[in-house]
Amino acid sequence: MRMMKGKLLTQRGALALAAAWGLMLSGCGGVNSSLNSVGPQAARIEKLWWLMFYVCSAVFVLVMIALFVSVIRARQDTATRVEIPATDEPELKPEPERERRMTRVVVGATAVTVLIIFVFLVASFFTGRAISSPLYAPQNVLTIEVTGHQWWWEVRYDDATPSRMFTTANEIHVPVGQPVLLQMTSRDVIHSFWAPNIHGKKDLIPGKSSTLYIEVDHPGMYRGQCAEFCGHQHANMGFYIIAESPEDFNRWRDSQAQPAVSPVTDSQKRGQQVFLTSTCVMCHTIRGTLAAATEAPDLTHFASRQTFAAGTLPNTRGHLAGWVVDSQSIKPGNHMPPNSLESDDLMALLDYLENLK
Amino acid sequence: MTEKQKKSEKAFAPEVDERELHKLERTWEEPRGIMGFLMTTNHKTIAKRYIVTAFIFFLLGGMEAALMRLQLSRPGNNLLNPDLYNEIFSTHGTTMMFLFAVPIMEGIGLYFVPLMVGTRNVAFPRMNAFGYFIYLIGGLFLYTGFFLNVGPDAGWFAYVPLSGPEYSPGKRVDIWGQMITFTEIAALVGAVEIITTVFKQRVPGMSLNRIPLFVWTQVVTSFMIIFAMPAVMLASQMLPADRLISTHFFNPAEGGDALLWQHLFWFFGHPEVYIIFIPALGFISSIIATFTRRAVFGYTAMVLSLIATGFIGFGLWVHHMFATPLPQLGQSFFTGASMMISIPSGVQVFCWIATLWSGKIHMKTPLIFVLGFFAIFTIGGLSGVMLASVPLDLQVHDTYFVVAHFHYVLIGGAVFPLFGAIYYWFPKWTGKMLGERAGRWHFWLFFIGFNLTFFPMHWLGLKGMPRRVYTYLPEMGWSYGNLAASIGAGVMALAVLVFLVNVLKSLRVGEVAGDNPWGAETLEWSVSSPPPVYNFFYLPTVNGRNPLWSQMEETPVVVGLSTECREVLVTNILDAEPEHRYELPGPSIWPFLLALAVGETFTVGIFTPWGFPVGAALSTLALFGWFWSKPKSEGVRALEKPKTRSLDEARLSEEGA
Repeated sequence: MRMMKGKLLTQRGALALAAAWGLMLSGCGGVNSSLNSVGPQAARIEKLWWLMFYVCSAVFVLVMIALFVSVIRARQDTATRVEIPATDEPELKPEPERERRMTRVVVGATAVTVLIIFVFLVASFFTGRAISSPLYAPQNVLTIEVTGHQWWWEVRYDDATPSRMFTTANEIHVPVGQPVLLQMTSRDVIHSFWAPNIHGKKDLIPGKSSTLYIEVDHPGMYRGQCAEFCGHQHANMGFYIIAESPEDFNRWRDSQAQPAVSPVTDSQKRGQQVFLTSTCVMCHTIRGTLAAATEAPDLTHFASRQTFAAGTLPNTRGHLAGWVVDSQSIKPGNHMPPNSLESDDLMALLDYLENLK
Repeated sequence: MTEKQKKSEKAFAPEVDERELHKLERTWEEPRGIMGFLMTTNHKTIAKRYIVTAFIFFLLGGMEAALMRLQLSRPGNNLLNPDLYNEIFSTHGTTMMFLFAVPIMEGIGLYFVPLMVGTRNVAFPRMNAFGYFIYLIGGLFLYTGFFLNVGPDAGWFAYVPLSGPEYSPGKRVDIWGQMITFTEIAALVGAVEIITTVFKQRVPGMSLNRIPLFVWTQVVTSFMIIFAMPAVMLASQMLPADRLISTHFFNPAEGGDALLWQHLFWFFGHPEVYIIFIPALGFISSIIATFTRRAVFGYTAMVLSLIATGFIGFGLWVHHMFATPLPQLGQSFFTGASMMISIPSGVQVFCWIATLWSGKIHMKTPLIFVLGFFAIFTIGGLSGVMLASVPLDLQVHDTYFVVAHFHYVLIGGAVFPLFGAIYYWFPKWTGKMLGERAGRWHFWLFFIGFNLTFFPMHWLGLKGMPRRVYTYLPEMGWSYGNLAASIGAGVMALAVLVFLVNVLKSLRVGEVAGDNPWGAETLEWSVSSPPPVYNFFYLPTVNGRNPLWSQMEETPVVVGLSTECREVLVTNILDAEPEHRYELPGPSIWPFLLALAVGETFTVGIFTPWGFPVGAALSTLALFGWFWSKPKSEGVRALEKPKTRSLDEARLSEEGA
């Protein structure tokens, strides 16, 4: 009976693990999954993952079978089972022939281990080399500077023409099929840039510069998130990579390079005044106005973004109102102070911000 | 009971002179009362304190884990705010690593190493007492801070600059840093105790190639502690220096380097994992040998694997830093080393399976926990091989995949064997058996709860869930995995509750255990349960690797050690040939006072620089007191000719064997 239980132990465990493994297999897909690659780098890593997954699963199954069989064998050996092992005479001089056989098996298993590890090492090395350089068109690389802040991402598009350089935040547009070089650093603590569908992560370290080559092959909106613990709002430091056709990308880029649109309606004009006369200007930039601080996201084309607060909230009027008045209840500990605005002023400010296409 | 057993019970207890026995008892007697509590230098008492204290910290750390799982059980939960969550996960990691895992492993080592090598106390008993008090002060300091809302909140790894003066104002990180220093001192003290005891106090006959595997694991661990801890102690001094006296070790703006911290921390942090895991390998070897009724297969391979693990363990630290901008070729070396460490681990697992294969298995609770170890640790080891690969690590680093991996390795590799070890040695500690039925409930609940908690985390990590997040958005698709994990955590908590009830019940009404209820092979089972304060009346001699299994009635014992003072036999390193007798110091209050003085230095030191000069003065006074009290007689004595059964005879018979 005892023995049966022991056998069940391993059987049940193996069943549960197999079921869970199955769950893992079915867990692909999604806009923030490393098993749903949309670019060559993530695809290479995904391949490596499946190689390792299948080999390791096989190793696990073999080890468990060996364990099983040894437990079952032992049950046969002890037909006269007793409660306390103390009464079972220990085996002092193991049978030499059996020990030799077992030595051969252990040496063989070790050799297989070494072999597997060697295969993994080589596969890992070549994958690593492949993903750390632009894969297909090294001469045509778009460079984007990403700077981590507590708790948002500053994104800067370089250009040979200074008037075409611009800064945005949290949403990174890239053209499909073109290699992109991300040059990254941090302004405060260590962050880590990670968009699982596209590439592995890279740390952003103050005082150091990191680079990451990415490429997206399928248009879409992919989510990424800070992966290095960076304080209170580490959990809500998301971003999006928006991959679009080269034409769409160029159109977007041209529009982003423009200064902010001027307010048209009275309410928008009043909203601009509210913005420029309140604490907003201490941290934010709106190109084309006097607001030029760089502590917080650039709002020049705020309304063209689909989310705000570092990928946390959809860019709607209601969310924006809540955020402006009391961002601390949404992302406690973030660096934006609460604003007590008259409701008219708030409405005007929202009108103004919503117009910043 | 077989004929052999009756013999073996006699073998180590030849004619005992009652008067001498009383004398010996009086000599080694522990002082009573509160003062006695603070003065004792008995390794078993101190080790039990380590174990109980560490287990209490385990329960605290477990409660923190349960709170985190409650917070993450659904998206956007508001149970804990980010500040509190950060404090709780930092304290959880710190507690489990520094206050639970390392001390409990060392505690079990400090209890059994002297018994297994056959001596009466550890080499430096007063330092041993000092180590425990330092550890206790460190733990109390951390938790005092935690309950006063100044617990650490920058993670158990405290990366700069987040933990630096600019981004973590206040005292939280200072308390963390000083707690590290406390526990590292304690760990170093324990390591020195174990190494010296093993190398110089083994019984005649126990040459290096006959040391029990358990003792080997403790020796390798202790050496790793000696080489790893100084790195983190250096770091845990530089960080408070940056914070308190404006040095700039880690400040890039002033020429410091944020990555330096990571190198120092992980140079300790990775070996730390093995410092926790290797002692557990010793538990496993002991349990497997006993419950398969044969010596562990491949002793030499096992020992060499342990030593190899100890060495390679120091060459892996950069795999915690693959996502940093370090040169790629350099990282590849660490991939190689990280994968290589699975070879010695593999060899050990294969040897154990071979042992099970050829043994006669008695399915008792300790062995069931070891079988659970195989299932879980194998998964953890394999996911570790995956993490060693730079490209794959770039995806799963700092995600729940890693959380799953290291819980599989540390709970599977250390806590399962630890529970097995508690079931196994509880009779030796207390004289009572733990309940088998409750043991099985405990195992199954823990095993199922564990897998329910941590297996889905692999999937969560691959699906993009980073670690150390206090919340997540509902549209991320992580809700079910997290809910499963939270339910599993509840099942694990239930399992621990079953265990606690089992312990309390067994202490009161448990079945009485004999000296050697399992029929085990190592020397600790040759003495009564619980062992007498002096451990052995006659030190035994051994003639093989499985002393209690191979001993004969004529196996000689060591005589001639004084019963008037706390004498131990000192033997040489390789062959355990007797060298001389050495008197160990007895109870003293000074280790406690020195611990208080050192405690004052580090705790007050973070509030005012005066803490340091005052602490230095107090420590000097305490050290004076410590060294003033001399032993009753001279420390080192020439080896007298033994009286009845001679040491020479012992050696002769050993050579004959």
